[in-house]
Amino acid sequence: MDLHISHTTRYAYDTPVSYALQRLHLRPQSNIMQTVLDWTVTVDGGVIELTCEDHHGNVIDLVNTDRGATELTVTASGTVRTHDRAGVMGKVYGAAPLWHFMQDTALTKPSKDIRALARPLKSATDTLGACHALSAQILAAVPYLIGQTYTNTTADQALTGGAGVCQDHAHIMIAVARYAGFPARYVSGYLKLDDRIDQDASHAWAEVHLPTLGWVGFDVSNGISPDERYARLAIGCDASDAAPVKGMRLGDGDESLIVTLQVQQ
Amino acid sequence: MNTKPDHFDEMRMGDDQVRPPYANYKSWFDGQDPGRLAKKSKEAEAFFRRTGITFNVYGQMAAEERLIPFDLVPRIISGREWTKLSRGIEQRVRAINAFLHDIYNRQEILRAGRIPIDLIARNEAFLPQMMGFSPPGGVYTHIVGTDIVRTGEDDFFVLEDNARTPSGVSYMLENRETMLQMFPELFSRIKVRPVSDYPKNLRRSLAASAPKSCGGKPVIAVLTPGIYNSAYYEHSFLADQMGAELVEGHDLRVVDGHIAMRTTRGYKQIDVLYRRVDDEFLDPLTFNPKSMLGVPGIMDVYRAGNITIANAPGTGVADDKAIYSYMPDIIEFYTGEKAILKNVETFRCGEQDSLKYVLDNLAELVVKEVHGSGGYGMLVGPAASKKELADFADKLRARPSNYIAQPTLSLSTVPIMVKKGLAPRHVDLRPYVLVSPDGVDITPGGLTRVALTEGSLVVNSSQGGGTKDTWVLED
Repeated sequence: MDLHISHTTRYAYDTPVSYALQRLHLRPQSNIMQTVLDWTVTVDGGVIELTCEDHHGNVIDLVNTDRGATELTVTASGTVRTHDRAGVMGKVYGAAPLWHFMQDTALTKPSKDIRALARPLKSATDTLGACHALSAQILAAVPYLIGQTYTNTTADQALTGGAGVCQDHAHIMIAVARYAGFPARYVSGYLKLDDRIDQDASHAWAEVHLPTLGWVGFDVSNGISPDERYARLAIGCDASDAAPVKGMRLGDGDESLIVTLQVQQ
Repeated sequence: MNTKPDHFDEMRMGDDQVRPPYANYKSWFDGQDPGRLAKKSKEAEAFFRRTGITFNVYGQMAAEERLIPFDLVPRIISGREWTKLSRGIEQRVRAINAFLHDIYNRQEILRAGRIPIDLIARNEAFLPQMMGFSPPGGVYTHIVGTDIVRTGEDDFFVLEDNARTPSGVSYMLENRETMLQMFPELFSRIKVRPVSDYPKNLRRSLAASAPKSCGGKPVIAVLTPGIYNSAYYEHSFLADQMGAELVEGHDLRVVDGHIAMRTTRGYKQIDVLYRRVDDEFLDPLTFNPKSMLGVPGIMDVYRAGNITIANAPGTGVADDKAIYSYMPDIIEFYTGEKAILKNVETFRCGEQDSLKYVLDNLAELVVKEVHGSGGYGMLVGPAASKKELADFADKLRARPSNYIAQPTLSLSTVPIMVKKGLAPRHVDLRPYVLVSPDGVDITPGGLTRVALTEGSLVVNSSQGGGTKDTWVLED
């Protein structure tokens, strides 16, 4: 399936910027699940200082906001041809070893509730089935609800709060899988929902490394493994490694952020 | 603790016999008027005050600035001894660079099962952001200060590798400068290898490590946390001596894909940054977001191949004391040779049997935190009170893998000047090693630290140690 994607992130600052940097994870790479046919990243109100690979093999851009700017607009757009592999990325590895994806991160520390969720997976013989069951269990415990969590909400906080978005679902899945002894990682990307072109936000899901299949994706929010409607942007240990935009800014003043995203066939 | 009677003294053999490296010096010394030497000692102190070498001691009231005491009896090493030492250091430093490249790339040593994965995976100094990346020229440790102790004629041990940010090189240079000013006649009488080339060599070594993208003559800068840092003097001293810029994080920005410093004529690109800011604070966009000392985005500029950071981020893995205990294996794994310099026997308290042994023999052992340095947070068993031992045992039981233990070594002594003449005191040695794609360069000499209290084995300046000039003879 050819997915035509246009993803715009617009920052508005109420005082002119003296110095601000944004690290973008906005360049999808070709792999066994997708072929990037064309892709561009453009910046208005700033410049791309450099483009390089990060330690997970993602391609990042470092953006410098123009001095005195009150607005920065980053647009990533292009076409990605996806291949349905039932969510199985397989035994494909980058520079980071599997043990790296077993490490706790600040956002995915195991709590008592997370440890309890891990019990069935820990002792499962059908690990794939157990992961799907776990995914359903997480969604039941944490229904999809916007506005209850933030970018720095931890897996435990979302689980305790009982509501969250795709990032929280992925974090809980990752925390549980790691505690059960399976390497797990965060995937950011896009999902074409069938009933609309304009999407609320970019998407995220979890990948768990199973002994026989290798990396397998689980989109907890939608209760499925990614199919051809999914395009991946970046991977990481948690959202902070793979977020589409992460930045720092000197000085005071408020900023507002508007994201517009279109994904269509 | 008392000086063991059987310790090795570097000046004397038996009662009267002087070891050959000291023969010439000792006969000069015996001809000197003690009153004149005492006066020289005072002059040396004044000299240090004038140049402004002081040292902030952490953990003391108001972190007062203090002079590190300087003793004017040199520590003398023969050319032959130095040759062996420097061969051993070079071997070790090459192995450490190969090790760092390996653990941040293919991880052959882990695949081969020579080091437990947990020692890397759970290592606080391991930086995932360095994975899948080769720094310019493949060099991780541009500047190393290997801590070495001696226990006998041919017995040298490496105590710590200090692959991260060894400090103290300014003392090596100032100590020699002081000796040259006070005793010029000594240096015409005895041929001592010079150390004064160090800043020039440091500059050359850093320039040779510049990224490929650097077109002309590399621009070098020293990044300091600022005037409140205990080693600020050294940062400004080295920048000055090298003819490099001294900068702080807020002077630097990302410009045209490079790191550039603010000057009166706009921004100027930096090719090599000798940073004296710890990893955690180096890049708030990547590491601690609250850091005001670092340079946001520098890790991306680094991974893009547009700057050399010396030493490379993440080299602290090699300073971990649990990793230290594997250093003989690491050397063999990467060089195919046996280690020339010995390692001190090290008990990893994270291992059940070792922990039991350490707890049973705590009063005889030195216990250190695996990530510690500078003598902070360590226990010197033989010098500790019953209560201190008991308290430390509790800490050990609570977090065993946070500690390693080593036997108390009978460190060699070198005489210092006291009121009654010469008296032996325990010493260690920190030679300074420069690594670039062109090779390994070891300055003949280094910093000799001396425990000024009779019988004491703690030489750290933060714990009241002093320093000496270190001579390597042209023989």
